[in-house]
Amino acid sequence: MSLRLLTRSFISQRISSSRLALPRFYATKKYTESHEWVSIEDGVGTIGITDYAQNALGDVVYVEVPEVDSEVELDETVGVVESVKSTSDIYTPLSGTIVAANKAVVSNTKLINKSPETDGWLFKVKFSSQDEVDALLNEADYKKLIEEPDH
Amino acid sequence: MTTVCRVLQKPKLFGICFMSTAGASKRTALYDLHKTHGAKFSPFAGWDMPLVYADQGALDSHLHTRKHASIFDVSHMLQTRITGKDRYRLMEHLVVADLKELPVGGSTLSLFTNENGGIEDDTIITQQDGSLYVVSNAGCADKDLAHLQKHAKIFQDQGADVEISKIEDHSLIALQGPSSQKALEKLAGIDLSQMPFMTGQHIDIKGVPCHVARSGYTGEDGFELSIPTGEVVSITKSLLENPEVKLAGLGARDSLRLEAGLCLYGSDIDSTTTPMEANLVWTVGKRRRAEGGFIGADIILDQIAKKSGLRRRVGLIVEGAPARAHSRVLSADGEVIGEITSGVPAPSLGKNIAMAYVKKGFNKKDTPLKVQVRNRIQDARVVKMPFVPANYHKI
Repeated sequence: MSLRLLTRSFISQRISSSRLALPRFYATKKYTESHEWVSIEDGVGTIGITDYAQNALGDVVYVEVPEVDSEVELDETVGVVESVKSTSDIYTPLSGTIVAANKAVVSNTKLINKSPETDGWLFKVKFSSQDEVDALLNEADYKKLIEEPDH
Repeated sequence: MTTVCRVLQKPKLFGICFMSTAGASKRTALYDLHKTHGAKFSPFAGWDMPLVYADQGALDSHLHTRKHASIFDVSHMLQTRITGKDRYRLMEHLVVADLKELPVGGSTLSLFTNENGGIEDDTIITQQDGSLYVVSNAGCADKDLAHLQKHAKIFQDQGADVEISKIEDHSLIALQGPSSQKALEKLAGIDLSQMPFMTGQHIDIKGVPCHVARSGYTGEDGFELSIPTGEVVSITKSLLENPEVKLAGLGARDSLRLEAGLCLYGSDIDSTTTPMEANLVWTVGKRRRAEGGFIGADIILDQIAKKSGLRRRVGLIVEGAPARAHSRVLSADGEVIGEITSGVPAPSLGKNIAMAYVKKGFNKKDTPLKVQVRNRIQDARVVKMPFVPANYHKI
């Protein structure tokens, strides 16, 4: 089992022009269809699983995070989150270099259930492609996705 | 959007029988009560069964069962009654147990076998006064009932006195955990301390006549209560008034049974595994070994006599990441020698446990093995089961 979705059609190739003009003072939160959240700040994306995902998985009992300094490509498996009954691979939604990995969730897996979108972050990527960032879902789209029955 | 969201795919709890799920889901009499308790449901063998509850995750339920007591709705399991004076002849043809000599009130784990010596299902059979009470897996219910009826017909055609009846007016709940006896005594108003494990009797619970079997699937003391369906909600609610008793779902049931070293049909045993390979030879009664007479006896008894069969079911402790079903098992030299059939991070142990089939010769306790988890080779070791010591009631 994995966190990934098969659908990649949402990754559009359009380039955001407005983004370059806007000064950025705070992090922007984006999402993937496979229930990861991505917080973008200063060229670095912080990635974890959403509250919705942790709730669906149940008690997390085992976590693997990627090695710092490793180069990763979009959709590559970089970690795993396991509950008692299921294993979910974590794929990176951004290509680039891993600049940090959260060792705290490895030793204290409960953090993912308790604070999935804050202290339970998994890893940080210095991303190499703004297009990949732009292709991520915004909060409204993600909310719509999780409200759909049977997805 | 019809994308498959993998993180939210239902955990794959069960094997082959689970796959035969089709059509609309059936609901047990306790469905609404589960809902009231915030159950998350999962389709299982054609039933909508509770997986976890709002106030407790699978992990909490697991630990609560080991410490206090939990109620599992197992009404989806098949309950049948075999009557007629030739009932032993029929059933000893279909299963490996010595039923003739089972005392009234005694229960035993047994196996339905096939012509190849494989296991068609596992079952608990209780000797009742004048009948055999048979409980078998929900995932095999249709198959088991057809099998029983087919063979009963053959016997009947030869003039045998035997009847199969599916018990449809009774629901089944399992009360499991060290607090079970006290909780049940409160409702039944009788002393249960002298009731041995693996026995069954008729007991009035809140004035309702029920069949109570002291058995279960968790490694703990406990009872399986066959309750008239009209009364199952009220009796379950009464049990839940006890603060030590909570509802628990299929998630906890699976990790509990695995810690207890108990097989899940369709995963750890199936129609291709023999009692010898599955390490279940103890279920073949002594008289049955001498006399045979059950389906596949030639192969099964030959394997027992020669200690043959190519593989053995073992317990493993796995280092590193949890190894799940279908992970490859390797010898210390790197030769593939088997496959994991069930694996969880054991909540009571803080270790990863697994059942696997390994090539004969690699099944001795403490044999160092390797397990492939994703692309990594991890250390594993053969251990004796149960992984968690059984806590069955002793008198």
